[in-house]
Amino acid sequence: MTATALLAVAFGELFPNGISHYAIGGLLVGLGTVVIYLGTGIAAGASTFLESTLSYVSNLSRFQRYVSSRDWRVVFTLGIVAGAAVYAVTFQSGLVSSSLHQPATTGQLYDVGGLTLWMTEVQPWRLFLGGILIGIGTRVGKGCTSGHGVCGVGSASSASLVGVATFLLIAIGVAQLVQALGVSP
Amino acid sequence: MSADHEQHPLFMPLVFVGGLIFGFGLGFSHMAQPEIVLNFLQFEDFGLLFVMFGAAVVTGITFFGIKLVRSTAPFTGTPYARRLKTLDRNVVLGGGIFGVGWGLSGICPGAAYASLGIGNVAILYGIVGMFLGAYVQGYWRSARAEGDAPASTAD
Repeated sequence: MTATALLAVAFGELFPNGISHYAIGGLLVGLGTVVIYLGTGIAAGASTFLESTLSYVSNLSRFQRYVSSRDWRVVFTLGIVAGAAVYAVTFQSGLVSSSLHQPATTGQLYDVGGLTLWMTEVQPWRLFLGGILIGIGTRVGKGCTSGHGVCGVGSASSASLVGVATFLLIAIGVAQLVQALGVSP
Repeated sequence: MSADHEQHPLFMPLVFVGGLIFGFGLGFSHMAQPEIVLNFLQFEDFGLLFVMFGAAVVTGITFFGIKLVRSTAPFTGTPYARRLKTLDRNVVLGGGIFGVGWGLSGICPGAAYASLGIGNVAILYGIVGMFLGAYVQGYWRSARAEGDAPASTAD
């Protein structure tokens, strides 16, 4: 085999679903962040929404500190849900197609009124227990994959680089351990 | 910070449009599917690297480049600044706890909101869990802050 062919095989193993939809999606995630930043100067992260929204129903000082930003954070989150829904109506439902897009290869597709929707097969206990740890960890750790991973890394912030390295390495270890224990999906 | 900056009529529409693009990107890149994130963490598909670092490159160029053009944001008057947090024990401790949750479930906050948008009703288990976790740490930290007078607002 030539070196090029070997590279192509290695590439295929690292990226069995190609890279175009990942790269384009990533650019759009960055673009969404940039649109908000250019207009408002705010580097928006997704996890503060959890605490800022709790300030509507709890008087704890930890949540009340986010009162001034809680309204726009709700709007940001609704935008995220709506943007993903636009994806569901267009590409996921086959209304729009492109060679740069990759149809879902995981989970279950189901149909509601002509729309193709998607449902995970990851077990509820994993989502729930994982969710609790994510709620604690992202808030204690000052950010999540968007705040640290996208905005913080983009800012070359040492705290964010350390945060990303920490959650990435731990998550890899945990996911592989859970897989090795035979839990799937 | 007061909520005055939210008075600009285009503030909320802009935040919504930004969220819309962000959420569409999470759907298009399949990050709204926990299975795909787990495939990355299990070394079966490294595509996630293109999403996170692709996005970080776009924000990085903007965060550093905009300051050459103007100094404050038009809708708020807020000075453009990088997102910098203090590096302390909490970053590692919280990052570690988040890592366990991320590795167990394949979800993270932004991708979970997007997952709801593509029809994944089961993600509500995860979102309810996130609110519970955020509440627990907020309860604990609020109680501790009231314990050490004067109340500290560290971080």
